[in-house]
Amino acid sequence: MSELDYDPHDLEHDHAPGDEPPESAGHWVMNYSIGLALATILTVGSFILPALGLVWGPSLPVALIVLAIAQMGVHLVFFLHITTGPDNTNNVLALAFGVMMVGLLVIGSIWIMVNMHHYMAPTPPEAMGHMAPPSAPSTVPPAF
Amino acid sequence: MSDIVPASVEAVRRVREDPHRLGHRGHGEGAPVMGAGHGETGPANSRIIVGYGFWIFLLSDIVMFSAFFAAYAVLMNATAGGPTGRELFELPRVAIETGCLLLSSFVCGLSFAASVAKNRLWTQIFLLITGLLGATFLYLEIDEFIGFAAQGATPQRSAFLSAFFSLVGLHGAHVFVGLLWLGTMMAQVQAKGFSRMVQHRLLCFNLFWHALDIIWVALFTVVYLMGAAT
Amino acid sequence: MFGKLSWAAVPLHEPIPMITSVVVVLILLGVIGWVVAKGHWRYIWDEWITSVDHKRIGIMYILLGVVMLIRGFADAIMMRTQQAAAIGESTGYLPPEHYNQIFSAHGTIMIFFGAMPLVIGLMNYVMPLQLGVRDVAFPTLNSVGFWLTAAGALLVNVSLFVGEFARTGWLPYPPLSETTYTPGVGVDYYLWAVQISGIGTLMTGVNLVTTVLKMRAPGMSYLRMPMFCWTTLASNLLIVAVFPILTATLAMLTLDRYFGFHFFTNEAGGNQMMFVNLIWAWGHPEVYILVLPAFGIFSEIFSTFSGKPLFGYRSMVAATLFIVVVSCMVWLHHFFTMGAGPAVNTFFGIASSVIAVGTGVKIYNWIFTMYGGRVRFEVPMLWSMGFLVTFVIGGMTGVLLAIPPADFVTHNSMFLVAHFHNVIIGGVVFAVFAALEYWFPKAFGFRLHPGWGKAAFWFAFVGFWVTFTPLYVLGLQGMTRRLQHINYPEWAPMLYVSVAGVAILVVGVVCQVIQLLVSIRDRDKLRDVTGDPWDGRSMEWATPSPPPMFNFAVIPNVEGEEAYWGIKTRAIETQRLGPEPVYKPIHMPLNSPVGVITAFFASVTGFALIWHIWWLVILGLVCAFAGFVWFAWRDIHEFEIPAEEVARIDRARRAARRAILERVAREQGKPA
Repeated sequence: MSELDYDPHDLEHDHAPGDEPPESAGHWVMNYSIGLALATILTVGSFILPALGLVWGPSLPVALIVLAIAQMGVHLVFFLHITTGPDNTNNVLALAFGVMMVGLLVIGSIWIMVNMHHYMAPTPPEAMGHMAPPSAPSTVPPAF
Repeated sequence: MSDIVPASVEAVRRVREDPHRLGHRGHGEGAPVMGAGHGETGPANSRIIVGYGFWIFLLSDIVMFSAFFAAYAVLMNATAGGPTGRELFELPRVAIETGCLLLSSFVCGLSFAASVAKNRLWTQIFLLITGLLGATFLYLEIDEFIGFAAQGATPQRSAFLSAFFSLVGLHGAHVFVGLLWLGTMMAQVQAKGFSRMVQHRLLCFNLFWHALDIIWVALFTVVYLMGAAT
Repeated sequence: MFGKLSWAAVPLHEPIPMITSVVVVLILLGVIGWVVAKGHWRYIWDEWITSVDHKRIGIMYILLGVVMLIRGFADAIMMRTQQAAAIGESTGYLPPEHYNQIFSAHGTIMIFFGAMPLVIGLMNYVMPLQLGVRDVAFPTLNSVGFWLTAAGALLVNVSLFVGEFARTGWLPYPPLSETTYTPGVGVDYYLWAVQISGIGTLMTGVNLVTTVLKMRAPGMSYLRMPMFCWTTLASNLLIVAVFPILTATLAMLTLDRYFGFHFFTNEAGGNQMMFVNLIWAWGHPEVYILVLPAFGIFSEIFSTFSGKPLFGYRSMVAATLFIVVVSCMVWLHHFFTMGAGPAVNTFFGIASSVIAVGTGVKIYNWIFTMYGGRVRFEVPMLWSMGFLVTFVIGGMTGVLLAIPPADFVTHNSMFLVAHFHNVIIGGVVFAVFAALEYWFPKAFGFRLHPGWGKAAFWFAFVGFWVTFTPLYVLGLQGMTRRLQHINYPEWAPMLYVSVAGVAILVVGVVCQVIQLLVSIRDRDKLRDVTGDPWDGRSMEWATPSPPPMFNFAVIPNVEGEEAYWGIKTRAIETQRLGPEPVYKPIHMPLNSPVGVITAFFASVTGFALIWHIWWLVILGLVCAFAGFVWFAWRDIHEFEIPAEEVARIDRARRAARRAILERVAREQGKPA
């Protein structure tokens, strides 16, 4: 980290993740408050959604995941100040790479393990509790 | 020793024979784009380097969480005849925990704004509130774990509970480490004021604390809400 | 008081580990005694152990890697000779429980403590020089990362003398690795050694990614970076993305073993396949973490020794990034036989074949780099050309294994063993030897003796093929891996040929040792006074050999691709160097013992965890936290090198450069 202040221009053209561009303190209080308000609405929505019965039962997980992703977006924008500006390119690229890895690992693992479960020998009834989704009987060929 | 630079002498000869460099086309011609955030204008300043490095670390931390999430998703129904999530989870408690962490994230943001403005008093007050909210969260979580264990729902009971305790416990461990860090930072702000190093660390702490809240969003959705609903 | 640890843990009745232990301890005591007696202690502490200079840390990584490479090679010799000796009636000389530890230790050591340190060491040494900067982004973290890796290596080697190592293979598959079936400390040694070094690797990954993305010389746009920097970036992105998966998976196994959790057990709903799934989600990208920097090394060498820019630079960058992404989508090909359905197996089979396209692009680019160039058959170039042949064949057997029905036949056979040695030795090890030969003069100021280097290459190349071709044949004949005893006398001839190959490899290793010794003896004859011994093209050759602590007196301004090549040809053309720059004082990071202290506590805590010495675990963690706070409290992190000192060092460099120019002018003046 020698010669750290090598190029003073970089301060203007680059942006550390989570850092605040120079603005008044009031601006940031306002910004965080908007974030808090949006996050609260989304959180409350997630918690009361199952009780409200507005969403068809089986699609409830999808609705919850959509709300969670929206809330993560709110956190990224209002708390971590991630923008689409050119000064944020590297931050967003790194984030995209991380999201890709998370997606590959979680979706890949679930796909592999559920598929493997389908193709395993029929499970004896006393061992049913040991295995993954009971909703998918092993006699039915899985959808690819 | 004349064999040392044959290729470069050769290249110079070719250029002399081909003064307009018709036979040579370089890549990446043109001046670096200023302000593209690509670091083409020389090494970035230390604030950006520290913040970016910590950002990369956080992403790797999130990948670690995703491995525990994957394990939880696969083992979710492997209750082995033991208690299920539906029987165990108390959503009101989770709602309070969520509120604590969300508010603590908000106050942490305020403390960061105060530290950027170099206001020591407000920075410390906000950091303290952040820590208290985090500690409340941690207390509620430990209390929940103890309650589960009292009902016989220990991580040794089933694969589902192993995955549950590890995933939620990992997040709790991060909060605990965050609290240790927060205490150290408050001491540093008090003793050293807003030196460059302290400011960099506050930036990283801020990132860390917000990231924990983001992970908690995934956690309460996938583990508690979906577990209690299905 | 000491948990599970007692005198019974020392294998006094087993001659092989005991003799080895005594010899190693004697050598260690001898080295330490020599250092203390000669008064070198201060120098080693100040200039190496606490150094945060990326060049010093890189050299220490390489030293660690070379020592572990020899250790792993000793294991390999024992495995090959045991298999050749234990055919039919004969039982060989290694009992099964010892043999199983040897193949587990061989894999663990070669990947985690041999190949990884070598590759990381090279990236550490070369990358900042190529980018035209003075150090990595976080120099102290760099030192911590190295020392944690060394702590892991220490724990693995302690297992030889105290207790035992895992008998479960280099990836401890449950349920065998669970306490029910492996109650001893072997798997615990594995878990904590790999976990500690894995954290070190992750730190390095974060550090080097940040360095490449945020700390390049002005003008060094992405598409002006040398290929090695690109592959360093790619490899470290993969480290950051997948090492946490390893940490998480091993943590789950640790929870199973220490607290009776049920992630991977047979009982209570645990799922062993989840371990296999997660560990390979790390394990396959790990292969590319090792081999991508190797590709970068070969790119540098092919271009330098052909006297041409790298052919298809942009396609090379694209292929590298393609491999980064696709390498994270192929992990199931390590367990096609585990029982997934045709959809999953087909997807991963196709993805595994597709990734070969990226590598194929690179192979053609290297061949076209040589085409029409003036190829100089120096030692690094020999290793690189040996790599091309070896790696293509290894890659093709890999594509064969990527086809699920074919994999069902060859899974876990000697064919597989031959395949991955084919790509890892042919890809990574050849690259490391090429790189050591290539950058050795940069690091130490003199070249390695070319004659012995050529001998080492030819013995290693021939020895490799004589060792591993028979294993392909044996695999197709049905021999599975990890056999301690061979029931079929028909396999004997091939096993004997393989041992002969190992003997040739040993000669190659001896040649390399002799090469080093001869070169040190003849260092004045082999001296590189120019700083540019190979007619290089990237920025590291603009520095003197060895480079000063600050690398560059003035951060260079990069004006095109192949930054140094441009500067050099312009200087030759105009017959003069650029104007002398204005020298300013340089701020460099202070040395720090924090790395070695962290590693000390990590080793103690790891050892205590392995033997269940709980008070020591707590003590270690508390001390580590205290040390962390103490380090964070320091205020002064940098020191200043005065401008006069910088000027003195850089003027010497310029004088050497001027001498080259004058000599080139004389040579050119002569009639051809």
